[in-house]
Amino acid sequence: MSQHPRFKITRRALMIVGAASAASLGLPRLATAGRDGESPTSAPAADDKAATAEVAFTVNGVPRRFTADTRLTLLDALREQLRLTGTKKGCDHGQCGACTVMVNGRRVNACLSLAVMHEGDEITTVEGLGTPDNLDPMQAAFIEHDGYQCGYCTPGQICSAKATLQEIQDGVPSHVTADLNAPMKVTAEEIRERMSGNICRCGAYANILDAVRDVAGEQS
Amino acid sequence: MRAFTYERAETPQQAAMAAASTDHARFIAGGTNLLDLMKIEVETPAHLIDVNGLGLDTIEDTDDGGLRVGALVRNTDLAADPRVRRHYGVLTRALVAGASGQLRNKATTGGNLLQRTRCPYFYDTNMPCNKRRPGAGCAAREGFSRQLAVIGGSEHCIATHPSDMAVAMRLLDAEVETVLPNGNTRAIPIADFHRLPGDTPQIDSVLIPGEFITAVTLPRPLGGKHFYHKVRDRASYAFALVSVAAVVQPDGSGRVALGGVAPKPWRREEADEALPRGAKAVMARLLDGAEPTHENRFKVNLAERTLAAVLAEAKE
Repeated sequence: MSQHPRFKITRRALMIVGAASAASLGLPRLATAGRDGESPTSAPAADDKAATAEVAFTVNGVPRRFTADTRLTLLDALREQLRLTGTKKGCDHGQCGACTVMVNGRRVNACLSLAVMHEGDEITTVEGLGTPDNLDPMQAAFIEHDGYQCGYCTPGQICSAKATLQEIQDGVPSHVTADLNAPMKVTAEEIRERMSGNICRCGAYANILDAVRDVAGEQS
Repeated sequence: MRAFTYERAETPQQAAMAAASTDHARFIAGGTNLLDLMKIEVETPAHLIDVNGLGLDTIEDTDDGGLRVGALVRNTDLAADPRVRRHYGVLTRALVAGASGQLRNKATTGGNLLQRTRCPYFYDTNMPCNKRRPGAGCAAREGFSRQLAVIGGSEHCIATHPSDMAVAMRLLDAEVETVLPNGNTRAIPIADFHRLPGDTPQIDSVLIPGEFITAVTLPRPLGGKHFYHKVRDRASYAFALVSVAAVVQPDGSGRVALGGVAPKPWRREEADEALPRGAKAVMARLLDGAEPTHENRFKVNLAERTLAAVLAEAKE
């Protein structure tokens, strides 16, 4: 994401400062655990004090290791700890799909998963799919077909769209699959059903569908 | 979310022992329901036991021609298994009718059975709910009850069980295999697994503290045509108002189970016997004793019409 050169403080930096001052106002301090070689058990949470645990996973091919509050979701780990803000927080309850990322090649809601549960996993976020100079075909198709308006749901939509085509290729049936035992086909109906976990409040669905069909056509 | 300690279990029995011996412990597998509830502090475990490292993620043929589904098999993988698609179509249909692609990739077979209700009063911590806080009262009976149970409830609770998968498993007479904290194992018929609320609606199943689901076994295939018709407020990604799971044989006999109408997957074997006589005859037995609210009375008609649609399709 490009930053406007004239602004000294970005909105993002302001939010980080805000979070830091909230922390200094008496939120529970993180007690670090994680002695090397210890069994993967967190340090105790006495009363309502935070417990922490060490976790290591790979994000977009880069190994990451850090100490996490056990409550930290994968989504907050990506955004707040690792500063990968492409993945978005929408509902934070697994209903909107804005936080969709790939874990070991499968799409999941990052908001409904704890960071400490991802030891050894390979995670791919929208930042790992392509770059502005070298777009993933799905990213290029969303631009080509104007598959967004505000863009907030788009990273989740793109991750989910790529997974949708992979799942059809892998023979995973859906609610609208007529014959469970025949080869799966990429149809508009299948794409709509399989993308139902990604909400777009701007209502760009028609163009999102066109983008996904375009990529599917190129693949087949 | 309240603070909690965290451990990764090494064996099923160790998981069960840890859960039984630690105050306010919960197992976590997919986490898609538990974490949602922890965020709004409906669930406030002090300790989480991560069971994802236990394996239990394969589907094996059993000696009597059925399948043994590991508790950690993800909903996506169970739905996509070629044996399930071919011989247990009602189960695949039920699985893909539930949740979203992202959630099905995480949700597990064992966890799906242990989902909590989606009753809005269970979720709203400002409202009384006997399932969330025993003795608090039930706001649902006089409240927004459109989604809630028409049969099997009690004066204390009319919450529905939200699972689609469990309805298909009830139809198939699956068995739930568990390990207990003392190392013993048992197999619980799915018909006995979920409880009706009575005056203890906070207890959803017959599992004892620490008891851990290791697998679900499916008996040998039933043959016939398999159906899972789910009626809901959206075309996709919504909980059932009514769902009908059915296996219909060429001679018109078969089995029926309902979702969305009761605190547990709803089936009565005596209603199956009425199947050749049509939907009305089945529902007269299956929903005999129903006590709908003013808001969900429509479910009784909807269940009958949905089964009628299934039976019409079975004749095609």
